[in-house]
Amino acid sequence: MDTVARRDKSNRPALSFYVPEPPARPGQPVDFSHIEVPEAGAVRCPDISEPERDMRDLPYGLIRVLDEKGRAVGPWDPRLDPDTLRAGLTAMLKTRLFDERMFRAHRQGKTSFYMKSLGEEAIGAAQALALDLGDMNFPTYRMLSWLMARNYPLIDLCNQIYSNERDPLRGRQLPILYSARDYGFYSLSGNVGSRFGHAVGWAMASAFKSDDKIAIGHVGDGTTAEGDFHEALTFAAVYKAPVILCVENNQWAISSFSGIAGAGETTFAAKAIAYGIPGLRVDGNDFLAVYAATLWAADRARTNHGPTLIEFFTYRAAGHSTSDDPTRYRPEDEASKWPLGDPLERLKAHLIAIGEWSEEQHEALIAELTADIKSAVKQAEAIGTLGQSKPNPREMFEDVFAHPDWRIREQRREAGV
Amino acid sequence: MPAMNMIQALNSALDIKLGSDPDTLVFGEDVGYFGGVFRVTEGLQKKHGLSRCFDSPISEGGIVATAIGMGAYGLRPIVEIQFADYILPAYDQLVSEAARLRYRSNGEFWCPITVRSPYGGGIFGGQTHSQSPEAIFAHVTGLKTVIPSNPYDAKGLLLAAIEEYDPVIFLEPKRLYNGPFDGHHDKPLTTWAEHKLGEVPAGHYTVPLGSASVMREGREATVLAYGTMVHVCNAAIAESGIDAELIDLRSIVPLDIDAIVKSVKKTGRCVIVHEASRFGGFGGELSALIQERCFYHLRAPIERVAGWDTPYPHAFEWDYFPGPVRVAKALKRCVEAVA
Repeated sequence: MDTVARRDKSNRPALSFYVPEPPARPGQPVDFSHIEVPEAGAVRCPDISEPERDMRDLPYGLIRVLDEKGRAVGPWDPRLDPDTLRAGLTAMLKTRLFDERMFRAHRQGKTSFYMKSLGEEAIGAAQALALDLGDMNFPTYRMLSWLMARNYPLIDLCNQIYSNERDPLRGRQLPILYSARDYGFYSLSGNVGSRFGHAVGWAMASAFKSDDKIAIGHVGDGTTAEGDFHEALTFAAVYKAPVILCVENNQWAISSFSGIAGAGETTFAAKAIAYGIPGLRVDGNDFLAVYAATLWAADRARTNHGPTLIEFFTYRAAGHSTSDDPTRYRPEDEASKWPLGDPLERLKAHLIAIGEWSEEQHEALIAELTADIKSAVKQAEAIGTLGQSKPNPREMFEDVFAHPDWRIREQRREAGV
Repeated sequence: MPAMNMIQALNSALDIKLGSDPDTLVFGEDVGYFGGVFRVTEGLQKKHGLSRCFDSPISEGGIVATAIGMGAYGLRPIVEIQFADYILPAYDQLVSEAARLRYRSNGEFWCPITVRSPYGGGIFGGQTHSQSPEAIFAHVTGLKTVIPSNPYDAKGLLLAAIEEYDPVIFLEPKRLYNGPFDGHHDKPLTTWAEHKLGEVPAGHYTVPLGSASVMREGREATVLAYGTMVHVCNAAIAESGIDAELIDLRSIVPLDIDAIVKSVKKTGRCVIVHEASRFGGFGGELSALIQERCFYHLRAPIERVAGWDTPYPHAFEWDYFPGPVRVAKALKRCVEAVA
C-alpha cells in the first residue's frame, strides 16, 4: 500500500458543488455592488505599437471618457467633431424609436419575432462611424444601430420584419437577422458565435490580398463559452489577423447571468491575455469610449499589429427577445439602476454640455425620426405584414446553390411555383 | 500519360490551382511544411510559398470558419480535415453557415470553399479513422459531396470542386490512395500504375460534378457504388458471373439521377453498396429514388449492402467492411428473386 492510500482522510471536508448565482433575483433589491465604476479618463491609452505583454493591465480596467457631468476627459477622448457626435446620437435615437415601434408591431401580430438593442445602442452606432465603409462587420443581433448609423433604408428593415413581398431577404430569415453587404453588415444567423471565425477569415483574406480593409466581429458574453469564440481567438492570434473581436457583455444570456459564462472569475477582456493579444475593457454605454477603443484597435489592425479583443461592458435593458420576460429572472427595476447609465442620455448630455445640442433640438429630432419611422412603417404595412403578404414562394427555391440541381427544379414544379 | 496514384493526382490538382488562380490557398493541420499526413499537399508550400499553403491549429471548427470568412471575402480556400472522423467539430460551421450563407443572405454572401478529407476504412484505423460521413452532408441542402474512386477522377473532380461557387465536401477514400482495393485484404495489393485510371493527364481538366460513370456495362442488374466500394463491386460482379452494370456515382450531391434511372430501367434490378452504416445511410435515399422512378421496371426488391449499424470496430474491420462476398450474395439474391 502506498503512502497516499494510507493517509488519514477522516478530517477532510466533503467536496462542495458550486453553481454561481447573480446577486439579486426577482423580489430582491438590485445589487450592483460588485461592479466597480472607475473614474472617467483614469485608464491610460498606450501607443498602438506597444507590445501586448506591457498592456496586461488594460483588461482589468474600464475605459471611460464621459464623466458624470457629460464632459469628455482623459487620454481616450477621441475628440470628435460635433457632426459625428450628432450622427451617433441620431443613430442611437433612431434605433430606440424604431425598436419601440417594432416591439409594438410584434404585440399587434404584425411580425413573428423581434429583438431590441435597448441600452446597447452606442456600440453599433459608434463603430459604424469609426470604421471605414469597406470594412466588414460580423455583428450580433443587437447591432441595429450600425445599420441606422449607415443610413440603411428603414423601409427595407420594415419589409424584412414583416416578411412581406418586398422583404430584402425574400422571406428566408427571421425578422432581425439582417444581411446588408453594401453597408458592411455580414449575414446573421441564429447560432450564436458561428460568425466570429468568419470575421477572422475575412480579415486574413484581406491581408492575403494586401488590401486595406479590416473586419470586426461580435459575440455576447454568453457566447464566450462557445468553442467558436476560442477558435476565432486562436486563429486571429496565430495569423495576426487584422480583426477587432468584440464581446458585448450585456450581463445576460437570455436568463443566465454573465457569471455563468465565467465573468465571476475574470473579465471577458482578460481572456485575450491567454491568446497573447491586447484586451480592452470599455464602458459600452459611453459612445466616446466605444468610438475611441474601436479606432485604436482599427489602427492596430491596419498597421499589421494584429487583432484586439474588446469587452464592451453594458447592460441589456430589455428582454432577450419578444419571447422573453426578464422580470421572471431578475429584479424588475434592475435596468434603471445600471451604474453606467443610459448610453443615449449620456451622449445627449455631452452634446448639451459642449453647447452643440439642446432639449428643443432633441425633441425636434425625436419628432422627425418618429415621422420617418411612421412613414416607413406605413409604406411597409401597405405592402403587407406577416401572413398578409409574402414573397413569391418561387423565391424559396432560389440561392440554395449557385445553379439549381434537378431536385430544386423538380420540387419547384411540384410546388406549382 | 504518366501514371499517378491518387495522392499524386490530388497534389497535381492543387498545384495547378495554386499556380493559376491567385485567389486559392490551401491550409489545414500539417499540410504546410510537412505536406500532410497522407502527403497530398507535399511540396506545395515550397513551390507556391508560405502564404499559399500553410499549417493551421488543430481546430476543425476554426479551419472551416476561417475558410468561410475567406470565401465570403472572395477567395477560394481549399482546406484539409485530417480525417473525415474529425469533421464533426466543424459540422456546425458546414451545416449552419457554409451550406446556408448564400440562401439566407439572398445571394449577398457565399463561400466557394472546398473541404478535403480522407475517409473510409480498410486501414485498421478503428472508429476514429474509418468513418464514412457522406450521408450527413448529403442531407444538408446547400452542400455538395464528392467521392472519387480513382486518380483520374480524383484530379478532375477536385479541380471541378475548387471551381464551384458552392461549398464542396470532397471525401477521399484513403484505402485507394496508393492503389485500387477490391476488398480482398488477404490477396496481394495492386497499384495505380497497373490500372488504366491511374493514367492522369499532367494539365488541367475537370470531371463535372453530378456525372456518374458507367464502369462496367451489364444487363442483369445495376450496382450503384462510390469510393472504395466501386472496386469491391467490380470484383464481386466478376466473381459472381452475373452480367451486372456498375455505376460509380462520383458525387452524391449533385446526384446523376438520369444515369441511375436509365440503368435500373434497363436491368430491372439494383444493388446499392456503401461503406457507411446502413440505417439512414445514403443507400436509403437511392433506394427511395429508384422506387419512385423505376418501380414498374423492377423485377426484384432493391438490395442494400453496407457497413453494419455499429461504430466502426478495430479488430473486426474485415467483418465490418462490405467485401465482394457480401456484394456477390446480394447480387445473387437479386437475380434469383422471383416476382
